[in-house]
Formats: sequence, C-alpha cells, structure tokens
Amino acid sequence: MQWAISVDHKKLALMYIGAGLCFFLVAGLEAAFMRLQLARAENDVIDPETFNQLFTMHGTTMVFLVGMPILLGFGNYLIPLMVGARDMAFPRLNAFGFWLFIFGGLLLYFSYLGADGLYGAGTAPDVGWFAYAPLTSRTFSRGNSTDYWILGIMVSGFGSMTTAINFIATILCMRCPGMTLMRMPMIGWMMLVVAFLVLVAIPILTGAQIMLLLDRTLGAHFFDPETQGSAILWQHLFWFFGHPEVYILILPAFGFVSEIMPTFSRKVLFGYPLMVAATVGIGFISLGVWAHHMFVVGLGPVLDSFFGATTFLISVPTGIKIFNWLGTMWGGRLHFTTPMLFVTGFVAMFVIGGLTGIMLATVPLTWQLSDSYFVVGHFHYVLFGGTVFGIFGAIFYWFPKATGRMLDERLGKWTFWLLFIGFTLTFMPMHVSGALGMPRRIYTYEADRGWEIWNLISSIGVPVQMAGVAIFLWNAIRALRRGPVAGNDPWDAWTLEWGTTSPPPEWNFDRIPTCTSARPLWDRKNPEDPDAYYE
Amino acid sequence: MIAIVFCIALGATAIGAPAGASQDDTNATASGPPVPPAPAPVRQPDGSVADLDAKLVVCDPDAPPVSGAGVTSIFEPESPPSREIRELGFLVFAICIGIFVVVQGFLVLAIVRGIRSRRAAREEGASAEPTQVYGSVPIEVAWTVIPTIIVFVLTMVTIRTIRDIDITSPPEDALEVIAIGHQWWWEFRYPDEAGEVVTANEMHVPAGRPIWLRLESADVIHSFWVPRLAGKMDLIPGHTNYTWFEADRAGIYLGQCAEYCGTQHAHMLIRVYADEPEAFDDWLAAQRKPAIEDPTVAEGRRVFAEYACLNCHTVDGTSDGMFGPNLTHLASRDTIGSGFIPLNRENLRAWIDDPAQLKIGCNMPSLKLDAAELDAVTDYLLTLN
Repeated sequence: MQWAISVDHKKLALMYIGAGLCFFLVAGLEAAFMRLQLARAENDVIDPETFNQLFTMHGTTMVFLVGMPILLGFGNYLIPLMVGARDMAFPRLNAFGFWLFIFGGLLLYFSYLGADGLYGAGTAPDVGWFAYAPLTSRTFSRGNSTDYWILGIMVSGFGSMTTAINFIATILCMRCPGMTLMRMPMIGWMMLVVAFLVLVAIPILTGAQIMLLLDRTLGAHFFDPETQGSAILWQHLFWFFGHPEVYILILPAFGFVSEIMPTFSRKVLFGYPLMVAATVGIGFISLGVWAHHMFVVGLGPVLDSFFGATTFLISVPTGIKIFNWLGTMWGGRLHFTTPMLFVTGFVAMFVIGGLTGIMLATVPLTWQLSDSYFVVGHFHYVLFGGTVFGIFGAIFYWFPKATGRMLDERLGKWTFWLLFIGFTLTFMPMHVSGALGMPRRIYTYEADRGWEIWNLISSIGVPVQMAGVAIFLWNAIRALRRGPVAGNDPWDAWTLEWGTTSPPPEWNFDRIPTCTSARPLWDRKNPEDPDAYYE
Repeated sequence: MIAIVFCIALGATAIGAPAGASQDDTNATASGPPVPPAPAPVRQPDGSVADLDAKLVVCDPDAPPVSGAGVTSIFEPESPPSREIRELGFLVFAICIGIFVVVQGFLVLAIVRGIRSRRAAREEGASAEPTQVYGSVPIEVAWTVIPTIIVFVLTMVTIRTIRDIDITSPPEDALEVIAIGHQWWWEFRYPDEAGEVVTANEMHVPAGRPIWLRLESADVIHSFWVPRLAGKMDLIPGHTNYTWFEADRAGIYLGQCAEYCGTQHAHMLIRVYADEPEAFDDWLAAQRKPAIEDPTVAEGRRVFAEYACLNCHTVDGTSDGMFGPNLTHLASRDTIGSGFIPLNRENLRAWIDDPAQLKIGCNMPSLKLDAAELDAVTDYLLTLN
C-alpha cells in the first residue's frame, strides 16, 4: 500500500523496473516459443495464428513494456539523485505516468482473454509490432485484438509523455547549486535528449493510432486505399515515431556506459563536450532517418538516396561515442566487475549492430535484406547486445544503491557469460539465414533452402540465455534477503548518488549538495587535484 | 527450470525430424525441378519430384537446365540488379570488416593494457588513480572527420547504385508482366495484344530478356522477393510499384512474400521459371488457348460449375471468378497452394476437400464435397492443361 500511493521517484522507479522485468520474462518466453517452432523446417509445434500473435506481442512488449519502462525507470531513479534534487519536479504527475504505463500494459495483455477474435476464442494482436495498414483494417483484422493493441500502447504512451515532461523540468530547473548543464553527469544529457525525443515522437504515434481507431470504429478512411486513403501514410507516421524510438531505447544505455565505464576504468569520461554534442546530434538526426525503414516501399531514387545519406550520417556521432568510450578505457586501470563486463560487452556488441546498420543504410543492399532475418539479427544486436546489456550493467551497478545490498559477483559473471554466449548463438546466425533469403515473420520454412542449420543454432542459444536470466533472478532474490551490506559508495564512484546513504532516504540528501565540476565526489576525494582545475 | 524444459522440447523436435525431409532434399537437387515437400498428410513415400509424372499430362518433357534448386541466397545472383547489389554488398562488407577489426582491436588492446596496468598498480601497492585524461582535440577531430569521409564515400557509391537499379522506365525490349499480391497467393498477368494471359504463383519469363514487373496488391501489403533475380519491392494497395530483372540462364528461381501479410505469410511462395525464349513463346501460346473441354470429365465440370468454385476461380469458358487463382491451365503448373505443395492427384484432391487442413487460415473454404464429387472435380481440374 505504501508503494501504491507513493509519489517518491525512487519507489516509482523501482516499480517501473520491476514491472519491466516481469514483462521481459513474458516477452522472452514468447520469443522462446517462436525459436522452438523455427528450430527445424516445416515444424508444426505452433500454428500460424499463434505464431503471428507471438511475434506481435514479443515486439510490442519488448519495445513498449520492457525497454521504455526500465529505461524511464532508471531515469526516474537517477536523475534527481545525480543532479542533487529531492525528487522529480512533478512527483504526482510521475506517479500518474507510472500507473498509466501499468494500465496500458495490462490492457494489452488482457487481449489474450478479452479480444474476441475471428474464431470466437480469446486472441492477442497479430498484426506485427509496426501494424502496417491495411492489415489492421476491420476487413483484415476482425475481432478486437487490434483495438487492444492501439489502446494499450496509446495509454502507456501518455504515461511516457508525462514522464518526459518531468525529466525535462527536473533536469532544466532542479540541478543543485554549481551544477551547470555542462557539469551534469552524461546520463543526464542522454535522458534530456530522450525526453525531447519522446515528446516529439510519441504524440505522432498516438495521433496515428487515433486515426487508426477512427478507421476501425467510426468508418474513417485515413489508411484505407479502397477509398483514397493511404497505406503508406501509416508507415510514414509510424516510423516518424519508430526511428526516434530506437534512439529513445539506446541513448539511456549510452548513459549507463558513460557512467559505469569511467568508474571501473578509474578515469574521467574522455571528451565530455564532444559526447554531449554527439548526443544532441543523434537526437536531431534521428528525426530525419525514418524512411530508411521504407526502402522497399518504392519511394523513388531521390528519397531513397536522401534517407540513405542521413542514415549514414548518424553513424558519425554514434561512432564518436564508441571512440570516446575506448578513449576512456585507454590507459585506465580496468576492474572487470559484472557491471563493467556488461558495458564492455555492450561496446563490442553495439559495434556489430552499428556496422550491420551501415550495411542496411546502403539502400540497394537493403532491397535484398529488408524484412529478412538479417534485419532481425541487426536490431537484436542493437537492442539486446546494446540496450539489454546496458540495462543489466546498470542493474548490477546501481542495485547496491537502491537496496543497500551487493549482488553476488560470481553469479553475476555467470549471468554475463551465459547471456553473451547465448545471445551470440541466437542472433549471429540470423545474419546468415537472412542473406540466404529467409524473410522474417514466417511461422515455418521450406526444408530445401539451407536455412535449417542456422535456425537450429539460433534456437540452441535460447536455453543458454534463459539460464543466464534464471541465475540473475536467483542472484537478485538472494541478495535482497542476505546479500552483503553495500555501504554508501561500494564502487568508489564520483557522481552525487554515491554521496548519500544506500538506499537513499526519501528526501535523498540531508543537505542539498553543491558541486564544482562534473565529478563532485572526485573533487571531495581528491581535494589536492580537483576536476575544477581542468574544466 | 524453464530452460531445461525448453532444452528437452528442442531436443525432441530436433530428433523428431523425419528422415523424409532430407530425402526430399537430395531428390530435389538430383533430379530436375525442385518441389517443396508436401506436408505430412499427403506426403509421398518416394519423395516429391516423381509425383509430377503422376499428373495426367506431363507439362514439359525437355525441362531446361535448373540453375540451383532451392537456392535463395543473395550471394548467387543470376540477374543484373542482384549482381550489382552483391558487388556493392561486398564493398560495404569489406569496409565494415575493416572498421570492425580496428575498433575491436583497440577494444581488446585497451582491455589487455587496462588489466595489466591494474595488476602492476596492485603489485606496486600504488593507491593513486591513473592519469586523468579529459579529452584531446586533435584526436577527437580525427575520429569525427575520418568516419565522415568514409560515410561520404559510402553515400556516393550507394547513390550511384540506386540510380543504376531504380530506373523509372522499362529497359529496352522489356517484357511487361503484372504481379498482383493476394492473401496468400500471386497472380501474374501478361498483357498482350493477342489476349491477356493470366496465371498464378508460377511466373514464366524468357531468359536473357529484361522483365518489367508491375506490382499491385488486391488486399494488404506484400513484397515480391526472388533474391537471385532482384531486391524486393512492395506490392501496395492503391500504389503501383515497378521492379525489373533479367534472368541470365534458364532455370527455376525461388522466392517468397517478404512483407508480413497475415496468417499464411509463410506460405506465399514464388516460383519464377526462366525458359529459353522459344520455350517461353510456346508456353505463352499454350496459356492463351481456351480451357480444354474433355467430355470424359463432364461430371467434374458440372460439380465445379454447380458449387461455389466458380465464384472465385476463372476457367475460361466456364467461369470468371476473380478472388482465387485462375485455373484455366491449372494442370500446366507444378505446384498448388502458392508453391508449397506439388501438384498431383492426391494433393489436389486433399486440397479441394479441405484447404485449411494443408494451409491453416487459407481463404478458400471447404465445400464439403462427397468422395465421388471430389474425384470428379479433381479429374476435371487435372485435364485443364
């Protein structure tokens, strides 16, 4: 009850992360069923309708109910602590946003019980997570499952918007004395850009969903080609949201890396100002690349060239980040704790995802690879090897702060290596099967195409990943019950959250801290050589 | 726990793979036109290819050389656009491998040095932090400018290839074909002054001549993808697209729908038959002929006309339904169900009996014919060569 009525940013954040992890387990199981079906050619473990629901729910859940809430949850937890504030700017709005997210998520999953489908049985949405028109029209999607998809995502989207407003207000107005914008922890910049992207992108999705809802329930014709509506319009609107969304999901993870890597390299983040510029640059450019999801729509050579070029361009600021992290590690004394393992794994995996992204920016190559398993491999390298690894790193890093207890390092390393190996087994072969001509979203495939062995390897990776996640859950439960006490600053880190108790009191700081540089605790620990000299 | 259950289930499905699957593979590659094996209920004991002989009329005894059965790899192009894409792909891949080696190399080096430096510090008992480096303008300029140059080059190369492939008017001497996507099958139309030819799922084209393919959709968005011939292009309702290819050699090129289009997206397979030019002309002439009316199967024709078949299917001279594949020359095709079941008497009969048994969610209903009617209508359809 204390949790249900709380407006404390830390409690809300932990509920965000906890709920996100629950959805992560559900969406992971959905993926496991898909891999079971695809383990061999012409398998019939799962029928096509169920399979189509599985990939729709897996994608929708992972993006909207796992990635968003966990990352917003971390933002919620860390922003006030890291900028030295007592809470978010609008605590009650914060709680409202959280409960909207929960309600939206439950509404989406209620479709399994409540959406009478074509066959009269309960059914979940089966239109894919980007729900292309006109497959979503009443003609092709009977029953109510698509309406559940629209409403569930729309409601949780409103929650994300309120949270974004809160982030911006907190970051811009509530930094402690001495903390200029350029002394903010890097994660603050990441969250600021993310919040702006949320405010630009999510309303477009919400608007498009309202149009779709009007089409479906009131007989409007926005996306109905039969009556001069446009099926392509939906794609433009969706991807105008959808591509910034990718950066909404990855920028906070960039923030985690930018905090964790310096701590365990024992060095300051290399090139802070350029990192800020790169982050803001990514934010802007990400608004101008959406049609690279539409290279096979037939937009014509001019538009294809333009969006190919902007997509190439975004690799420059992204590359800068990678290089700056390498610069941070370079010459440092590296302590490979579990969080450091995860963020190093993040860099290694994200480079691969970035390079396959460059291949996919090569428009003619995308004419072959679009909608193939190559794309599935690519974005899992970005969102799993990137975002999820970042999230695990962040959980291992800030768990002691949030709970006052340490997670077990040995179990943590098991989790990392199992996830790393399982992840590679599952997603690396997808690049091959895609190049061999295997389209995504097929519930079964022909035996004579040479795809079977690659799919089998992909499926074998699944139980390895599951073992990693299971060990993590066990580790977390064990640590909560009898983990060693963490103390205020177990990692000897330099940002403000480590200056208060673990877990922090409801008011965060007994006294509002002040700072003289981007690493206030460094200045306190090294008074003879503070950062302020070098800024 | 769940992981263990998953392992067991995975093992069970892997072990359970029937020997027939691999047998089909070898048959398909060894002896002529590859045909995907039929699903279990109608699988032939001797594999799938010999089934074709069971048809009343064998369509083409002198089959052209098959260029790679079952291959859908983008690395084995047989047509100018796909070949150019492969060349570009190799270039981009090489550049990416270069970047990969450099970046991961530095990462590994940083890790090795960093661990060594920590150990050294511990042995010396040094407690001070390593030198703090806040940044370096020349280095940061370098790793901004160099990637920008690489990206500029890549953009130029990409735009050149886009302009080569994405042409807006048909190549010289091109044959125009219209492909229309349906849930879940393909309609191919050959506009021609001598009379339009309409067929389904198996597209015949002359080898060595450019094909200008006009893409339309009858319902939702589909995507035409035959990797060895060209990149994919969407078929969008209310929006006409064009693509082109030119098969270098005669043979069968496989592909399938690449944009999720509903329940049976997975079984919307494409078969492109590139024929020698004379063989293609013969095929076109044969397709232009009206449907054969064989008096020995009059009973089957009566069943076809009396039940709902004719609402959806065209048989020239008998019916003009538009919702399903044109059946005027059904027996000249190798497969049914959009390319995933070989056409033979047994499969066709099972299909007419209850299509959803073979293709769950299929839009063709079961008409609940009795056994005699099924036999009759199957025999009738098999005469439609």
